Order: sequence, then C-alpha cells, then structure tokens
Amino acid sequence: MNNHLRGLRAERGWSQQDLADRLEVSRQSVNAIETGRYDPSLPLAFRIAELFSLPIEQVFVSPSATG
Amino acid sequence: MRFSPAQQRYNRRALWLSIAYMALLLPAVYLLSRHMVGGPAAYVIGVAPALPICGLFWAMGLYLVEESDEYLRMMQTRALLVATAIALTATTIWGFLEGFELVPHLPAYIWSVVWIGGLGIGAGTCRITARRSA
Repeated sequence: MNNHLRGLRAERGWSQQDLADRLEVSRQSVNAIETGRYDPSLPLAFRIAELFSLPIEQVFVSPSATG
Repeated sequence: MRFSPAQQRYNRRALWLSIAYMALLLPAVYLLSRHMVGGPAAYVIGVAPALPICGLFWAMGLYLVEESDEYLRMMQTRALLVATAIALTATTIWGFLEGFELVPHLPAYIWSVVWIGGLGIGAGTCRITARRSA
C-alpha cells in the first residue's frame, strides 16, 4: 500500500529509527511499511496517523484510489 | 541491528537451552554408549538431551506470543512455515526411500535438526521475497 510516510518523516527531520522509537516498533517495520512491502494492521495504521496528527487517508493511499 | 525485547529474551533462552543440551548430551552419550546405566534410569538419561531441543520449540512459540512488533512476528511466522515445510518434505521423502531400502536409516531426532536448520533458510528466503515485493 502506497503511503506518504517517508515525506512526513522527512518534514519532521526524523530518521526511520526515530519514527520506530516513537511508534514502539522496529526500524525494519518502519522500513517495510514505508517502502510498501508491508501493510500495517489497522491499529498500527491509526497509531501512525495519530502520531502525525493527520487523518489516516492522508498518510496511507487507498489501493482503490491508485487503481 | 537492534533486537526487540522479545528477540532478546528468545536469544537468552536459546543460549541457555543450547548450553543445557550440551551439558546433558555428553554424559548421556558417555553413559549409555558404554551401557553403564540400565532400567528406568537409562530412559531418564536418554530423554534428557531431547528436552532442551523441545524447549527450543517452546521458546519459539513463546517468542511469537511475546513479540509485540507485528512485522517481526509475521516474518518469524513465515520462517517457521518454511522450516516446517522443509522438515516435513525431507521427512516424507527420506521415509519412503528408507522404506524401499534405498537410503540408510536415520535417527528420528535428525528431523528436529533439519527443522532448526530450515529456520535459517526460512528467515533468508523471507527477507529476499520481502525485498523483491517492494
């Protein structure tokens, strides 16, 4: 699933490890989500959106929207 | 590479279980290969080295329960499935070949070793396939 995680992270000057620490997950998880290799569970997706104070659809791109 | 708290606990348990395995295996081989023990005691000594190996399976299950990182848990689950598939496939093929007397007999505990080795292969293939799907 496409997402804006890399950009959002860069805006805040956070490394993948910084984001991982804030989410209490591994850096591998952040990397896998960021590169679209892993779709997070709904609770984790909400945690990510809440961390950036954004609605979930502004962090993750709906697969149906990308065609 | 940083280990998650659950991975650290698993590593610690696996280390202690490996030490216990060696500590129990050596006297068992020494005593039983020389027929120095008989009766029920022989069974107790004979089964002792198997218990830390069984403990590794328990530790692996506990890791999956304790791992709070869903991505790491998924990767480990995949590795376990690959290891199980490898071990069961090898067991089945070898079992038939052995039944037809085309290959020598292997002690059954070898399949636990194959499964543990399969975990390494599973972890490697999961990493490669995860990278390819990016």
